[in-house]
Amino acid sequence: MNKNSKTDNKQEVLLMKGNEAIAHAAIRCGCDGYFGYPITPQSEVMETLMELQPWTTTGMVVLQAESEVASINMVYGAAGCGKRAMTSSSSPGISLMQEGISYMVGAELPCVIVNVMRGGPGLGTIQPSQGDYFQAVKGGGHGDYKLLTLAPASVQEMADFMPLAFDLAFKYRHPAMILADGIIGQMMEKVVLPPFQPRRTDDEIREQCPWATLGKPSNRSQNVISSLALEAEAMEAINLRIQKRYREMEKNEVRYETYMADDADYLIVAFGTCARVSQKAVEMARENGIKAGLLRPITLFPFPKDIINQLASSVKGMISIEMNAGQMVEDVRLAVNGKVPVEFFGRLGGIVPSPDEVYDALVSKLIK
Amino acid sequence: MSNNEIISPENLVYAKPKSLKETYMHYCPGCSHGVVHRLIAEIIDEMDIQDKTIGIAPVGCAVFAYNYIDIDWQEAAHGRAPALATAIKRLLPDRYVFTYQGDGDLAAIGTAETIHACNRGENIVIIFINNGIYGMTGGQMAPTTLPDMITSTTPYGRKTELNGYPLNITNLLAQLPGTCYVTRQSVQSIAGVRKAKKAIQKAFENSMLNKGTSIVEVVSTCNAGWKMTPENANKWMEENMFPAYPLGDLKDI
Repeated sequence: MNKNSKTDNKQEVLLMKGNEAIAHAAIRCGCDGYFGYPITPQSEVMETLMELQPWTTTGMVVLQAESEVASINMVYGAAGCGKRAMTSSSSPGISLMQEGISYMVGAELPCVIVNVMRGGPGLGTIQPSQGDYFQAVKGGGHGDYKLLTLAPASVQEMADFMPLAFDLAFKYRHPAMILADGIIGQMMEKVVLPPFQPRRTDDEIREQCPWATLGKPSNRSQNVISSLALEAEAMEAINLRIQKRYREMEKNEVRYETYMADDADYLIVAFGTCARVSQKAVEMARENGIKAGLLRPITLFPFPKDIINQLASSVKGMISIEMNAGQMVEDVRLAVNGKVPVEFFGRLGGIVPSPDEVYDALVSKLIK
Repeated sequence: MSNNEIISPENLVYAKPKSLKETYMHYCPGCSHGVVHRLIAEIIDEMDIQDKTIGIAPVGCAVFAYNYIDIDWQEAAHGRAPALATAIKRLLPDRYVFTYQGDGDLAAIGTAETIHACNRGENIVIIFINNGIYGMTGGQMAPTTLPDMITSTTPYGRKTELNGYPLNITNLLAQLPGTCYVTRQSVQSIAGVRKAKKAIQKAFENSMLNKGTSIVEVVSTCNAGWKMTPENANKWMEENMFPAYPLGDLKDI
């Protein structure tokens, strides 16, 4: 791809990997700092950034840290200064970051974390997986929190979700996660990169993030970034503030896409790579006279529970297709609330289900 | 002579630094933290850098450092202060960025962050309070606890065959090409306080010279954790800590 294209705003169609799109989009959306540690299958994010050398153009800092623990804490430091900071990793590395993520939620700091999931548990495999759904949308670290989670299903969405994730993170002063799987990170597709927007100046940050630790001028009191509140009443107040943000996210930020769902008798619910595979299975079903449809959650938290509940009134059953042992299916069942049967089909350990398998699961588990 | 004449500015020999807040410190009487806090506040005043200084507080007794020194602060997870400082200094190179860490924070749980920040030569200041014990959690063994020293997790004394050896991390850091100034100080005497202040000031000045990381270790007492009077704690430190952690500059380039 043309390296010189990184700062112009033309609607140029490029071909690149999802991981590379993350790097390009980060520079273009005014990211101030990337801090990361190599891990397959997402290493191209930092490799691309190092090749593009954005510190010579936008001034963005890119630093290879000594660990994922250090990476996320560098993100904490940068975010505490009101900077647009990000990291990326894959499942085992994201586990190491959980301490820092929990602290960032507690300290009410915005950032973007990209998780290009691989199979686990443990060292697992470098093959793609969706096994970190629970970790992303239910918390992951200690304390009452969840992450605003975007699930891209294409290289284009990897690029589009970078600026979106930063905007949402700063809107809610909360970490946002882009939860991709190894396929979305590794596959090459056409992509139009987001328009270039400059990094904010310190004065703009002072105005937009009055809490930022940029140095205390004489005309304001000190800013302290901390997740510590020893008194129970104070800690409860912080928790309630965070929970209120989740309610606002549920109200304002639900995103999803449907495919042939309007007249569907049977609905597949799937995100990321599984949604791509399931779309093909829907087409196979329609060819065989089965009115199947697809709902693809784009935000995993906030989960599109209202539309799923609504569709539960018009379909005969739903099936959740995942590259894990059945995680999102629990949220689908909560949304459906017993109105229709909700089945599950998944593959584990880095195996991607084929359209045939999804179609067979739809027929055998739901239609019988 | 009237009171007003006595308190006139030309008679002023000692006052609370402007950057030190009007808050009672939670530190135990005899603890070294209060003195070191004051020295940092004095230096911030004298260098007139209150608006350009960002501190990183540790987990440990100094977790509330932000309650005492009136600058912008970030409170780090245990041991992670050098990682935060790295990012802040890289993004804001014209600010003075320092971490304030204890021995458990810096030399146990944060060893990797400490060594790698120093090895990258981050232009930050690390103030390292070494009192050989975990004060805040109730006096457990620290990486710098001396052999045979009694703590709540070494009630029969630190046995090297069981608990390993005291980690002299400052000597390690002095070996790294990324550090420019590594010094070990104390604040139990007037001369010590003066030397420590000079060292901290030099470290702050270094951070604008693009020379690398400056580390000021302050060998300190924890009379509450050591279960000694402040006076005896000072004496014990001189007799036991100083031979293991000798005072002076380890590196100054």
